[in-house]
Amino acid sequence: MSLVLDHVSYIYGEDTPLSMKALNDICLEIPDGQFIGIIGHTGSGKSTLVQHLNGLIKASRGHIYYNGEDIDGKEFDKKKLRSNVGLVFQYPEHQLFEIDVFSDVCFGPKNLGLPQEEVEARAKEALAQVGLSEEFFTQSPFELSGGQKRRAAIAGVLAMKPQVLILDEPTAGLDPKGRDEILNQIKKLQTETGMTILLVSHSMEDVAEYVDRIIVMNQGSVMFDDEPREVFRHYKELEEVGLAAPQVTYIMHALKEQGMLVDVDVTTIAEATEEIVKCLETLH
Amino acid sequence: MLRDITLGQYYPEESVIHKMDPRVKLGGTVLYIISLFFMKNILGYMIAALFLGLVIKLSKVPFKFMVKGMKTILMLLMITVVFNLFLTQGTPIVTFFGKISITWEGLELAVFMAIRLSFLIIGSSVMTLTTTPNNLTDGMEKMLGFLKVFKVPVHEVAMMMSIALRFIPILLEETDKIMKAQIARGADFESGNLIQRAKAMVPLLVPLFISAFRRANDLAMAMEARCYRGGEGRTKMKPLIYQKNDYLAYAALVLYLIISIGIGRLTLF
Repeated sequence: MSLVLDHVSYIYGEDTPLSMKALNDICLEIPDGQFIGIIGHTGSGKSTLVQHLNGLIKASRGHIYYNGEDIDGKEFDKKKLRSNVGLVFQYPEHQLFEIDVFSDVCFGPKNLGLPQEEVEARAKEALAQVGLSEEFFTQSPFELSGGQKRRAAIAGVLAMKPQVLILDEPTAGLDPKGRDEILNQIKKLQTETGMTILLVSHSMEDVAEYVDRIIVMNQGSVMFDDEPREVFRHYKELEEVGLAAPQVTYIMHALKEQGMLVDVDVTTIAEATEEIVKCLETLH
Repeated sequence: MLRDITLGQYYPEESVIHKMDPRVKLGGTVLYIISLFFMKNILGYMIAALFLGLVIKLSKVPFKFMVKGMKTILMLLMITVVFNLFLTQGTPIVTFFGKISITWEGLELAVFMAIRLSFLIIGSSVMTLTTTPNNLTDGMEKMLGFLKVFKVPVHEVAMMMSIALRFIPILLEETDKIMKAQIARGADFESGNLIQRAKAMVPLLVPLFISAFRRANDLAMAMEARCYRGGEGRTKMKPLIYQKNDYLAYAALVLYLIISIGIGRLTLF
């Protein structure tokens, strides 16, 4: 069960004067159960990349394999792929349309042709997973707050029970509290269900705490693909392409320059605190 | 998915035609179309073709793009030709079933109609391909300015037009995005009978309308915040002023009109 990208390129508006290369020879392997962050500056091709993974965009060159099958093959069932690889778009609340939250979440599983009881059971489960209680079920999705709307929209994709969940900038436009809530819920989901999760973001700070692996995109190519601590070692190069390592990386490097023997590879605030305390204790 | 519409599209390029005052292009297109309907013989159309070819050459827009626009009206063109061919009275050439016949007059009319329509479409695409929508509405506003005397809100209409034109690509992009989001949720826009397809449009149309209203509301607010209150006393950042090239273009246009209509109306036979 995995997704493999084999030399994938994509060109917008091929054969027109406005043609633009969005992806350039991408090779990636996404195994099961990983929590991956895809980071890149605006226009680096990260949204284009994830739309390839469930067949919404067809690669101009190269192939994509899901469990060993070419997704552009003639026999391949794209509808099945879309239920297995769930994609939550940027500002997913813009796709809400039903009269109440519950029916909107039912839309996805209903399209899979499941029986009514199964559809409702899944919708209830998905709404519970994103932390929306029953009092919201009968409300119009347009009356909810921004963060609630977004969670309802994410539930709409979760209800299809995908094996791979892709979230494109799930925290865009949310306040810090809403952001933390969503990210924590996603993390919880991943540990509980063992789902593969791809989190697209332009902020290292957002993903550093949660993911096992970071893929850095720059101008349509993969720049780095490694564990967070390995990627953050290149913080100078990241700055050059308009990205930045998390603030703890900078603090740790500054402390080391001042002569403190700290490990500069820590990635989260909790780890950094521990490291600094340990260092101070050995000094005394 | 929805990026294949070329009719009315702008083609960015640096050329004399692109830099021309939109009023010249607008007036020129209208006069050119009128000239097409005044001609009576093939010689006139040859001059019209020559003139059009020259303008296209000067505009540096690939001819491929002009023809793309033709595809959309191919059906209309065929119907017109067929009707003219079979339903014109005159001296018959061939007769089918003793009733329907192709006449000399019909043949002539069909050929001329086909030429007129194709030149008309290509001629107007030259204008839209070389003029940005904003420029075009600016030109229209200035040209129709005299209507203000008759209490026609020319500026407001022009403003609405340019906003509408500006929002077409945005709404197309939005449609594309919502469509993809719903397809990712298993929506099917492509199969089923007519009723099923119409029903499948609901998840697309509801979010699209909401977003259109939201955008309209934001824009109105932004305009109000900048104290926009209509055309009265408003100045332009880039006022339209005729340059030397524009006068030359007018001269060329008049010359073309005299020659083409003069020759085009001669009776050759």
